[in-house]
Amino acid sequence: MKKENYIRLEFPSKSVNEAFARAAVACFAAQTDPTLEELSDIKTAVSEAVTNCIVHAYPQSIGKICLRAAILEDNSVEIVVKDWGRGIDDIEKAREPMFTTGGDERSGMGFTIMESFMDELRVRSAPGRGTTVTMRRKISLRGKRAG
Amino acid sequence: MVNVTASGGDGRLRLSLSGELDHHSARDGMTRIGRALDDYMPRECVIDMSGLSFMDSSGIALILRVYRRMRECGGRLLIEAPQNQPRRVLDASGIDRVVKIQDTVKGADK
Ligand SMILES: Nc1ncnc2c1ncn2[C@@H]1O[C@H](COP(=O)(O)OP(=O)(O)OP(=O)(O)O)[C@@H](O)[C@H]1O
Ligand SMILES: [Mg+2]
Repeated sequence: MKKENYIRLEFPSKSVNEAFARAAVACFAAQTDPTLEELSDIKTAVSEAVTNCIVHAYPQSIGKICLRAAILEDNSVEIVVKDWGRGIDDIEKAREPMFTTGGDERSGMGFTIMESFMDELRVRSAPGRGTTVTMRRKISLRGKRAG
Repeated sequence: MVNVTASGGDGRLRLSLSGELDHHSARDGMTRIGRALDDYMPRECVIDMSGLSFMDSSGIALILRVYRRMRECGGRLLIEAPQNQPRRVLDASGIDRVVKIQDTVKGADK
């Protein structure tokens, strides 16, 4: 689908960037005239995906995270979060509620939250090479909008 | 940044959270909460979320840790007055099956 607009961010996997990443995407996605709830859902999903890169992809080191957000012609917001870290062995298992390799500081609910807050969630990963999470959320058209 | 304010006494502890609770702020938040639990040794602990503007799954893990600590000593945990965004995360996680969530602030000691 055609992109009406997009941004691309690259930052190191430092936890201080979690708040920045979700705020930046929310600010960009505001162009679609979302409801507060739609915007906060997107913000939450971004926080989950970015945190996973920081916590799981690069557990002992600082690596690169690439975040792309696009507004598509059907007024949906597409978000791609990519890392070049450890990768996921069994994606299906990783997506199950409460599955975590992160001990008691994690709840294993990240993918479940992304899935329930977004319309679409795709996960691609290669062990040792990295992970790409793609999410999409349709923003309802409210009233008339400027082009 | 998440702020934790502890108050109460007499077997009760109120933890008032404000700011944003994510992975970046959770460890510091848990340290403060752990200290408050040690100090107050409550039988009932209330997490007041009315000042918390954002929370992700890191908050779920934190709540579960507090829940386990309370359960170990036979105590009770309650979540109070979450704003919309944290409420949606709580609902999606299904944590209300183990921890009671109350929509309004009750008996806030001012
Ligand atoms: N980018 C990633 N790189 C490597 N492994 C990942 C990545 N994202 C997720 N995983 C794996 O998938 C599991 C499930 O992820 P999910 O976000 O659902 O839960 P969590 O991060 O463990 O806990 P929570 O998100 O509740 O804090 C993780 O424990 C980890 O093993
Ligand atoms: Mg996660």
